[in-house]
Amino acid sequence: MTTSKRKFDAVIVGAGGAGMRAALQLSEAGLKVAVLSKVFPTRSHTVSAQGGIAAALGNVTEDNWHWHMYDTVKGSDYLGDQDAIEFMCRQASEVVYELEHFGMPFDRLESGKIYQRPFGGQSQNFGGAQATRSCAVADRTGHAMLHTLYQRNVQANTQFFVEWMGLDLIRDEEGDVCGVAALDIETGEVMLLQARATLFATGGGARIFSASTNALINTGDGLGMAVRAGIPLQDMEFWQFHPTGVYGVGILISEAVRGEGGYLLNKNGERFMERYAPHAKDLASRDVVSRALTMEIKEGRGCGRDADHLLLKLDHLGADVIKARLPGIREIAMKFAHTDPIRDPIPVVPTAHYMMGGIPTNLYGQVVAPYKTGPEEVVQGFYAVGECACVSVHGANRLGTNSLLDIIVFGRAAGNQIIEDLNRHPHHKQLPADAADKALTRLDRLNNQKDGENVAQVSDDLRKTMQAHCGVFRFPDMLRQGVEKIEEVAKRAGHTEIRDKSRVFNTARVEALELDNLVEVALASMISAEARTESRGAHARDDFPNRDDDKWLKHTLYFSAGRRLDYKPVRLKPLTVDSFPPKARVY
Amino acid sequence: MRKLERARWRCRRGLLELDIVLQRFMDAYYVKLDEAELRQFEILLDLPDNDLWDMIALKKEAEDMRLQPVLHLLRTI
Repeated sequence: MTTSKRKFDAVIVGAGGAGMRAALQLSEAGLKVAVLSKVFPTRSHTVSAQGGIAAALGNVTEDNWHWHMYDTVKGSDYLGDQDAIEFMCRQASEVVYELEHFGMPFDRLESGKIYQRPFGGQSQNFGGAQATRSCAVADRTGHAMLHTLYQRNVQANTQFFVEWMGLDLIRDEEGDVCGVAALDIETGEVMLLQARATLFATGGGARIFSASTNALINTGDGLGMAVRAGIPLQDMEFWQFHPTGVYGVGILISEAVRGEGGYLLNKNGERFMERYAPHAKDLASRDVVSRALTMEIKEGRGCGRDADHLLLKLDHLGADVIKARLPGIREIAMKFAHTDPIRDPIPVVPTAHYMMGGIPTNLYGQVVAPYKTGPEEVVQGFYAVGECACVSVHGANRLGTNSLLDIIVFGRAAGNQIIEDLNRHPHHKQLPADAADKALTRLDRLNNQKDGENVAQVSDDLRKTMQAHCGVFRFPDMLRQGVEKIEEVAKRAGHTEIRDKSRVFNTARVEALELDNLVEVALASMISAEARTESRGAHARDDFPNRDDDKWLKHTLYFSAGRRLDYKPVRLKPLTVDSFPPKARVY
Repeated sequence: MRKLERARWRCRRGLLELDIVLQRFMDAYYVKLDEAELRQFEILLDLPDNDLWDMIALKKEAEDMRLQPVLHLLRTI
């Protein structure tokens, strides 16, 4: 297979909000920027973000970045790095006004100021009354953001490589990153994109779970590439789940259903939430409801042939209420669960939504790893932002509408840092002689595999293993078996075979390559979760129900070599203000 | 150009709802489409995710009435 080569100042993998915000900063500074994306940029998963972008503008109720910072630290269950959180919350207003200036059509108040709506976890005065902090464009904030950023990038001459997939990172002997090997999905051609700065903005990887709200493209490609190049992954045990996703497909059924009076049933027709949360019942917080569902399934009270889901009943609300107030939910239930909730309950399971962990970075988007002399050495030439990165502003649990803020603040910050770094390093480093080897070896292996494993089958087993053993509520025996099982899946993934060897738009090949990345994400998640013997944020264990700050107020680092774990301290010291010391997280 | 393969990849979207509906459509109907319907499907695939989903979920009508036959298939699958 031939490999061509092209040179850029910066190469960005991923064209969601994070990648495009960084690209804009670089292109507007006159740098030559390539952005690779598996799908057309405005079809990135950012499009599914509905809620808004958090910023303490104070347009509706009094607000303050310091209160936002407090909420984010508390929401993270104190695992978030307080310097990065201060940095993000302080810049929030500025980046939102900048988006407005770029032409993002925010909803308005009568006064003409940007409209804001309240969201869970947002408070005034350090845990006081509800704050109103999320700036939105109806229920299409992510969509509007992507379109705005794409237009600006086109004007700024960012060069998009649409329908291209990053295959492997190129590192030289000194460990510096000099670009990426990538696959043109349309032609099957492999190209080396040489760059002085390589930035990953490849999004999340919740496709490792059977039930996931993530689009199919969210296969953790950046994490797979990073891990294969010897970069660790941080805090991969922390995954945010929603309690009610449609059984079998994972699509989100919003809390609005339970808000309107819908409730959950087990196979005996019992309204089981009464046992877990006698007062709040079905309206208890997400993690409580998710854990209750898991317990019911584990204890054999799940529904269906495999006793692996619960039922969400709402027919008692009556056809008129359902049609008037929950038309979108009814449409989703009919299309994806093949039930009309006016007559029958919707089969549901907890569904994976957001990956808090990722490629470790500092607050300038530089990837940091303990690979030379220090524990947080900058990997020269390598940057990561957005869901694929772990800055860490979300810690053990992300607050709603902080993800769009994360991608914009750190997309811009990484852009600025790259501009500065490139001023210091005006020349490209030479590509190592073996630059294409890693990617080509993977492709050759796949093309030549005989009597191999079926990609869909192995992927399915991977997802089932993660869902059963490393889901929303975790048990020690299940985690232990889970590590063995996922290692077995990883072994099989090394022998996948594709029947269609053609080059043009070969979806089967792409899916096999994606599976390599899913495997890395799954291994890191399972092994990190098995080791963390406490419950914190989204990581909830049956055998260790409490947070343990003495032993576990630290970040996990997973290394693929030897599947080894290491730890590093949480950065409890903010940039300018006093630290928020850990205390019990009560709402 | 492998049209079917190209269309199959373009059914990869930012919204999971669309991923699933479009994948079902590819499996059930794509090879049975005539030339005119193939063109309609291409036009629909070029729409932004939210607009396409709103049409499939009956929250919005297509402005171009010629898209109705394929849209009908997407709605009923």
